[in-house]
Amino acid sequence: MLDNRNIIAKNVAAMLHDGDFVNLGVGIPTLVGSYIPEGTTVLLHGENGIIGQDKIAGRAFDNDTEWEKAHSKELTTSKEGHKDLCNAGNEYVTLIPGGCCFDSSISFAMARGGHLDATVLGALQVDKHGNLANWAVPGKSVNGMGGAMDLVSGAKKVIVAMEHCSKNGESKIVDECTMPLTAIGCVSVIVTELCVIEFLDGEPTVTAMAPGLTRDELLAKTDTALSFAENIGVMAVE
Amino acid sequence: MESKVIDVKTAIDKVKSGDTVLVGGFGGSGAAFTLLHELEKRDLTNLTSVSEDGGYANAKLKNACPGLLDKGIITHIKVSFLGSNATVHSNINKGTLTYELIPQGTLAERLRAAGSGIAGFYTPTGVGTVVEEGKERRTIDGKEYIFEKAFHGDIALVKCFRADTMGNAVFKYSAMNFNPLMAMAAKMVILEAEEIVEPGEIEADQVQLPGVFVDHVVQSMEV
Repeated sequence: MLDNRNIIAKNVAAMLHDGDFVNLGVGIPTLVGSYIPEGTTVLLHGENGIIGQDKIAGRAFDNDTEWEKAHSKELTTSKEGHKDLCNAGNEYVTLIPGGCCFDSSISFAMARGGHLDATVLGALQVDKHGNLANWAVPGKSVNGMGGAMDLVSGAKKVIVAMEHCSKNGESKIVDECTMPLTAIGCVSVIVTELCVIEFLDGEPTVTAMAPGLTRDELLAKTDTALSFAENIGVMAVE
Repeated sequence: MESKVIDVKTAIDKVKSGDTVLVGGFGGSGAAFTLLHELEKRDLTNLTSVSEDGGYANAKLKNACPGLLDKGIITHIKVSFLGSNATVHSNINKGTLTYELIPQGTLAERLRAAGSGIAGFYTPTGVGTVVEEGKERRTIDGKEYIFEKAFHGDIALVKCFRADTMGNAVFKYSAMNFNPLMAMAAKMVILEAEEIVEPGEIEADQVQLPGVFVDHVVQSMEV
């Protein structure tokens, strides 16, 4: 049995198709990459200006001067890693053959312009209208929205990957978001460790549930009304 | 044609107190650290910096220039992400640094628009959020947008891998990020290059930032 975060990641990965261009946000979304099946190529977009992230080669600016010297100038390629090749989380990465790099305006043209098949990101709250809050907690120091507002404003599919409840046990799926919004009505699917909720005709609709969970148990943990699809799938948890 | 190459001190002499400085880089990757370190030594104040994030001043990162904030040279930043950058947060908490948050794609496009002679644009980013406050909303073909204005700077400090003496530039991988956009949007552009070559050594179809956007070229001291 996988832990909650990995259950979520595995079920998100099952929604991606061979050849999809996908942006994975920080947190649980970064785990999605390891559940993409063999033989399926998902092209990972980094908003700092890369497509086709392959492996993590190390954390940038860890003062690993030897590595940087050996991966500078034209000594190495994107296949081997380079001191000037990072993802949006500041990790040195390698690219798959066919990966490419571009400036930040092109990177967000891809996002806003509807060229990404999916963007997967974490959330603090999602409400019944598909509104997303994921960048600021009132009363806490603010980090900034980064690229999140742009990434959800144009992707063909916005997948929220989050645990069903907060650390205090409060439902993160609510009637109305109380935290500052990232975007309105943008969420296509929510994947938690308990269920998959798709917004069908604007209605939050459960389309899959964790094995053994009853509808009443799910509703008791959710602070908004949910519809149930005719056929409810069973989430993978192993 | 005269070479655009000048030394780093002459380059940074061009920055004045109160200027809006556009700084390339993403989490420090691709930032013009040779220029920034020289700026950090200067007796300047009240600069506004515009960048993706404050990584160039993050004391935890290699090469960074925390003095730009700690010495009060930069007193206002416009960024999309403050992150877990202790240097930035400590200066905000002390009250010596103020900030404005701008969605990252909107920031990129506002710079691109400025450099392209476009007054602004309608974008779906930020509709229904705090970003919309004080901005015009318009429905176009049934979709909601807000108006974002172009954004100019006084001086851009940008970094590339290779430049020729005419300022034509090539970037390495993701170190490109905001650098070409910052260069487009500033009245004066100083380009730091790891390698400086003669015109013609960069093949015409490999140039990523044409020299028309660049005023001065400085040799980078980075490894």
